[in-house]
Amino acid sequence: MPRFHRDPQILNNEALEILEGLQAKAALTPKDRMAIPLQKPAVLDPLERSQWQDEVEKTYTPAQAVVESMRCLHCKNPNCVKGCPVGIDIPGFLKATAEGEFQKAVDTIKESSLLPAICGRVCPQERQCQENCMIGKAHKDVGQSVAIGKVERFLADWERSQGHSGLEVKPESGHKVAVIGSGPAGLVVAADCRREGHEVHVFEALHKLGGVLRYGIPEFRLPKSVVDGQIETLKKMGVHFHTDYIVGRTRKLQDLLDKDGFGAAFIGVGAGLPIFMGIPGEDYVGVCTANEYLTRANLMGGINPGHSDTPMYRSKKVVVLGGGNVAMDSCRMAKRLGAEEVTVLYRRSRQEMPARREEVEHAFEEGIRFCFLENACAINADENERVKSVTVQRYKLGEPDASGRRRPVPIEGDTYELECDTVLIAIGNSSNPLLTTATPGLELNAKGNVIVDQETGQTSLERVYAGGDIVLGAATVILAMGEGRRAARSINKLLAEK
Amino acid sequence: MANLESIVGKVTPREGYEILTKEYLSENVVRMRVRAPEIARERRPGQFIIVQTDVDYGERVPLTIADANSEEGWIAMIFQIVGKTTEEMSHFEVGDYFPVVSGPLGKPTDLEKFGRVVAVGGGIGLAPLYPIVQGLKALGNHVTVIAGARNKGLLILEEEMRAVADEYIVMTDDGSYGRKGLVTHPLKELCEADPKPDMVIAIGPPVMMKFCALTTKPYGVHTLASLNTLMVDGTGMCGCCRVSVDGKIRFVCVDGPEFDAHLVDFDNMIKRLSAFTEQESEARDATCRFRAMVKEMQEASEL
Ligand SMILES: Cc1cc2nc3c(=O)[nH]c(=O)nc-3n(C[C@H](O)[C@H](O)[C@H](O)COP(=O)(O)OP(=O)(O)OC[C@H]3O[C@@H](n4cnc5c(N)ncnc54)[C@H](O)[C@@H]3O)c2cc1C
Ligand code: FES
Repeated sequence: MPRFHRDPQILNNEALEILEGLQAKAALTPKDRMAIPLQKPAVLDPLERSQWQDEVEKTYTPAQAVVESMRCLHCKNPNCVKGCPVGIDIPGFLKATAEGEFQKAVDTIKESSLLPAICGRVCPQERQCQENCMIGKAHKDVGQSVAIGKVERFLADWERSQGHSGLEVKPESGHKVAVIGSGPAGLVVAADCRREGHEVHVFEALHKLGGVLRYGIPEFRLPKSVVDGQIETLKKMGVHFHTDYIVGRTRKLQDLLDKDGFGAAFIGVGAGLPIFMGIPGEDYVGVCTANEYLTRANLMGGINPGHSDTPMYRSKKVVVLGGGNVAMDSCRMAKRLGAEEVTVLYRRSRQEMPARREEVEHAFEEGIRFCFLENACAINADENERVKSVTVQRYKLGEPDASGRRRPVPIEGDTYELECDTVLIAIGNSSNPLLTTATPGLELNAKGNVIVDQETGQTSLERVYAGGDIVLGAATVILAMGEGRRAARSINKLLAEK
Repeated sequence: MANLESIVGKVTPREGYEILTKEYLSENVVRMRVRAPEIARERRPGQFIIVQTDVDYGERVPLTIADANSEEGWIAMIFQIVGKTTEEMSHFEVGDYFPVVSGPLGKPTDLEKFGRVVAVGGGIGLAPLYPIVQGLKALGNHVTVIAGARNKGLLILEEEMRAVADEYIVMTDDGSYGRKGLVTHPLKELCEADPKPDMVIAIGPPVMMKFCALTTKPYGVHTLASLNTLMVDGTGMCGCCRVSVDGKIRFVCVDGPEFDAHLVDFDNMIKRLSAFTEQESEARDATCRFRAMVKEMQEASEL
């Protein structure tokens, strides 16, 4: 039995007690609702969990989900919905949950979002729906907002446990749709186009499906069984998947349309080409991008060292550069793979970190060292060009910049040396060039991202649509999904008119 | 445990890319033809594929496409048994399937009529060189092949090369065949001759490519090298394959594999290639020990 930081049994009993008390009341007043304590999910013990890959945070129990949903005030003009990139009817699904109507609640979510099990886990809720929640506002702490994401996750997991999650498919339309890339954007297009009865083929360059959900986001945050579940559902609906199929290389996009009979294509090839710092020493042995590190661990099975043929860095002292989700996943992974000391260097302060708030908290609990207002300005190596330290530059906050955030400025001469054997660079990705450079006529912006029509998601090529990170630059799962839905609507409309 | 199965050789995947032929070109160099009609149709000389022997735990190994036939739908790969994965690949037989073969990756060689071309291949590097020599000949170039090997037994593709090249020079380290010495000797002679080569392409161990570049540089002969860095995805997503070319970071899997050899930082590339040598030799030792054990057990059970 794993040790818990917060024990599920105790939490569930607390929720049941609260529930009893609430059920005694005829109707809940806003004051009653405000008084209900935030439900905290069970969480694994930080010391223990940082040794293994198990999912850190557990799903609410049904009682917890019901109690948490009861905290919603059902505002007349719900701001949470405005904060949701895909406009989920949040009060609607919370109400159904509070009434114990879980299936109805899931169905409400699915009107707008197809991947609740994933979004419930990885959306930056504190900057979307939960940022606007009145309960959070009243407590002057976004951490006190209704835990919308956790209820969403509960509902999705509940549905999966019931075994019915398939979507209805209309009779075969006779049209074929090509989906390029099996990340969240591609999966959503596959589902929406298949529902209309189109024959959908998903082409994936790698040997496994799911895009970043597979190779980037670790098991301890998003169990692969959840991703597998989504893909299984699509397979059951009749979507065809082709791995090791690199569109632009194995087959040209235009050939899919002109020769293979596809009526439309969706480009969801995601971000690629990791960005480097541009500091001296990035070529040394032991400097690696977060993408490489996480891919070795997740996609290539490096988290099972006895099994995987792909070698892992044997790191004792790791420095991670960056402050986003990718940096958090990297530092926590490094700890789990045996690093004794993991330090995150971030140029700004904690409030500015783009990572999900919860991931930062979990990283702190797991003993990751954070150095704010600090950044590497050089990487140093021994005579074999193996990393031995980074030179760290200290910063202070200067005048606010265009975004209103105070700009970090280096404090001249204030540097020190930090010993390490591995440096993980997690400062972002530019666009994936594999398909775009092999597809003449596809218009790109200066950064190499595909340009699309804001209304329809169409690219400069006829019958070709795009969405997700390849359009937005590295963004989020929910945005990728939203873009996928927009493109799928356009594709379905196009094919209906044929 | 997938690895165990493929080692014992009882269960190989039933799906994927079928092995059509298999032959040893030397003691530790294997050539296989694999059914992959789509790759065969699209590939151009200079491009590579990625192969895995196990979809869950196998390494993604980049291998140059050594030959292909689009009508018959196969591609050929030639590999030297150097590590755990190539060792495992060598135990796949005709009729077995590789679960993963993806490609064609990388940019094709820019083939045009250059005039006089010297193609230098060292060891296993002769395999990727062969389709390029074919392509160069087809465009009417005069091609001199310099083939280098440690000894006679390790020289590969001699017949094939002789059949297409205008001139063919063999160099062995121990003098057991052809001339004794390094490939840079005849390369230097050719650069000094009149007319000197219009272009040199070198494929082989990084040290060989480094010295080829150093040899041709004083003569101002444009020189290409095809780089064999470590890779993970091979699709431009991870940055593992990066090299420094003219002081800039370039990705071998999408920007390469061929680069101007005079601009490549070979020393750094060689250092980076050694990042996992410790883990790799441990893995290989473990596989060999395991195989020996399995063999012993099998023999014992037959007694
Ligand atoms: C480590 C990490 C952590 C993250 N954490 C979060 C988080 O907590 N919350 C959040 O909202 N977002 C997070 N993100 C961002 C989020 O994962 C992405 O925004 C999202 O996955 C983008 O989806 P996509 O479908 O556009 O592309 P991707 O998920 O990148 O999928 C693209 C797929 O296309 C394939 N492909 C590429 N080229 C081709 C081709 N030519 N032919 C066929 N297939 C091709 C790729 O192999 C890949 O599988 C994280 C990203 C990373 C890397
Ligand atoms: S191998 Fe990953 S980017 Fe080239």
